[in-house]
Amino acid sequence: MSAPGRIFAITSKELKQLYRDRPSFIMVAGIPLFMIILFGYAINLDVRNLSAAVANQSGSELSYQLVDELQASQIVHITRNVQDELELVKLLDTGKIKVGIFIPADFERRITDKSRNAVQIMIDGSDPSITRVARNITNLSFSAHTGQAVSQVGFFATRVYYNPESRSAMFIVPAVSGVILQLTMVLFTAIAIVRERERGNMEMLISTPIKRYELMIGKILPFIIIGLIQASIIFLTGFLLFDVYVQGTLLDLYTAALLFISAVLALGLLISTIAKNQFQAMQMTLFTLLPSIFLSGYMFPFDGMPQTAQWIGRMLPLTHYIALIRGIVLRGVAIRELPDHIHALMGFFVVFLLIAILRFKKQLD
Amino acid sequence: MVSNPAILAKGLTHKFGKLVAVNHVSLQIETGEIYGFLGPNGSGKSTTIRLLCGLLHALEGQVEVLGYNMPQDADKIRGQLGYMTQKFSLYEDLTVRENLDFLARVYSIRGKLRSTRILRALEKYQIADRQKQFVGTLSGGQKQRLALAAVTLHEPRLLLLDEPTSSVDPQSRREFWADLFELAAQGTTILVSTHYMDEAERCHRLAILDHGNLVAEGPPQTLIDDIDAIVIRVDTDRPAVAQKCLQQLNWIRSIAQLGKRLHVLVDKTATAPVQAILAELQQHRIDAKVTVAIASLEDVFVAATGYRKG
Ligand SMILES: Nc1ncnc2c1ncn2[C@@H]1O[C@H](COP(=O)(O)OP(=O)(O)O)[C@@H](O)[C@H]1O
Ligand SMILES: [Mg+2]
Repeated sequence: MSAPGRIFAITSKELKQLYRDRPSFIMVAGIPLFMIILFGYAINLDVRNLSAAVANQSGSELSYQLVDELQASQIVHITRNVQDELELVKLLDTGKIKVGIFIPADFERRITDKSRNAVQIMIDGSDPSITRVARNITNLSFSAHTGQAVSQVGFFATRVYYNPESRSAMFIVPAVSGVILQLTMVLFTAIAIVRERERGNMEMLISTPIKRYELMIGKILPFIIIGLIQASIIFLTGFLLFDVYVQGTLLDLYTAALLFISAVLALGLLISTIAKNQFQAMQMTLFTLLPSIFLSGYMFPFDGMPQTAQWIGRMLPLTHYIALIRGIVLRGVAIRELPDHIHALMGFFVVFLLIAILRFKKQLD
Repeated sequence: MVSNPAILAKGLTHKFGKLVAVNHVSLQIETGEIYGFLGPNGSGKSTTIRLLCGLLHALEGQVEVLGYNMPQDADKIRGQLGYMTQKFSLYEDLTVRENLDFLARVYSIRGKLRSTRILRALEKYQIADRQKQFVGTLSGGQKQRLALAAVTLHEPRLLLLDEPTSSVDPQSRREFWADLFELAAQGTTILVSTHYMDEAERCHRLAILDHGNLVAEGPPQTLIDDIDAIVIRVDTDRPAVAQKCLQQLNWIRSIAQLGKRLHVLVDKTATAPVQAILAELQQHRIDAKVTVAIASLEDVFVAATGYRKG
């Protein structure tokens, strides 16, 4: 009956302390803003405009059309014309180009001969992601090779769903929102309790009638508000700077954010019941963040990961949040159509919170 | 209820690893009395207080507080306890008023009562003019008055104060004790730990702790009257030399120098100790006046804890 009052006491105290801790308070807005801008600009998964050189020994009209077509695809950016294969290899060797395009003198005759390649694409394979992208060119040249007129290359054009412009910002910003929220939310709560213990406030607090769950919930509530503010900053910045627009509804977006924020806050509380000091809390935060980054589908496509990695990935809240948020932002799915991920996040929240409450003892030993 | 002791502990024992911090301590604290724990650092005062208010679970022994078993029933009586930790434990980044407001809410003091209680506490402990000041910037004495204001806000029946005056000036200490007497007069039971003799002397009853053992207990005056030693006063111009020479005598329990005076404790069973000491000093050509003195609480403390030869 007096629980709401005590929870309110903790929550408002927590907010006051955060507001007065200027560096931390600035971080509330600073971290998401800084990280989203950094990620949005610096991490560009659209590998485009690979520097390329052409050795066109054919010189036919058709071969020039092919070169124009390649240039127009934006996959390569043709910077040089050279004489022969050897020169292309040399440019590849010295790293001046990533892709070499060799059009032999008998290009037109080869097109009609199905047993021979019309064009040779030479790829710098040191970066696999470049290889992957550059292989798309082979699709283009293959169409020429099958004897279709070059103007008909478009016949084989691939169609891209959901992110038609293949812009990585659309893909990255939602996922980055999860990484940022996990980092700040876990850290805030993990430290919120450890700090009281370090400063000696905890001994006073546990001698009062406050109940364990009141303390835990009182500690979580302020950061739910903070988390939603951060999510807003992230998506607003994503929209203003990177044109990331949400296909689904904002209500779904905030629901997903709320579910995830609750789960990671509970994780933070759990950490705070284990960590002895702020440094340990920080370490454990990173310890939980790193697998989240690597195994959640944020870094590598989830479906491409080995089974074990996927299994671990499913044990991480971030995995489910990314699945939800990408569905909402990219495909405009209604959140209720992804019940598994909703349930997973709710499950994490309940389990983490229960363990934290059970682990937290109102005693010193 | 009234006849119940406020605190009843039997055979209380607690260990940290191999270290026995509290060793079979039994005590009974009556309602409305000021009970003191006197002991040097590390004697187990804080540990005992934590055991009594349920923050530590005893390895052995029973504790009953306000008629309830600790630590099992701790939650039932938290609202009637006020525990002031040895280390200042209010929030330094909140203001005086905010701290009091926080605690009032935690103790479920509601509505109008909350603000009247807070205002009264601010007035009573002379911190009304500091309401908006951050607690971290208060002086030692102000902090300590605030701590007392905070711990009494919910009008607890039992106060446990762990070395409340260890970081304040003598004037503040006097005022603090005046406040304690007032609270006791209103019926509050107070357990207070200290390592100051003058504070210990003000308690209604006293327990002397040493290495986790309760080595003496009773009203201060009784402890002084019943001291298990003879106190001999030696006045001399050369106290240091005198002390050195008396240290050779193995029947002397302890010697403390106080200015030009030595306090010598000897066993009650010693035969004619005054003459023996005088003879020893004369042998070393030291001029001295040797008399039997009235014991002080410090002598009781020294006799009880066995700290030998000053
Ligand atoms: N948490 C702890 N862990 C290990 N040893 C402790 C702990 N708390 C106290 N001690 C030890 O127990 C003994 C009693 O300490 P304490 O009760 O704090 O004494 P006092 O309050 O009289 O100074 C000391 O030797 C102290 O070092
Ligand atoms: Mg202590």
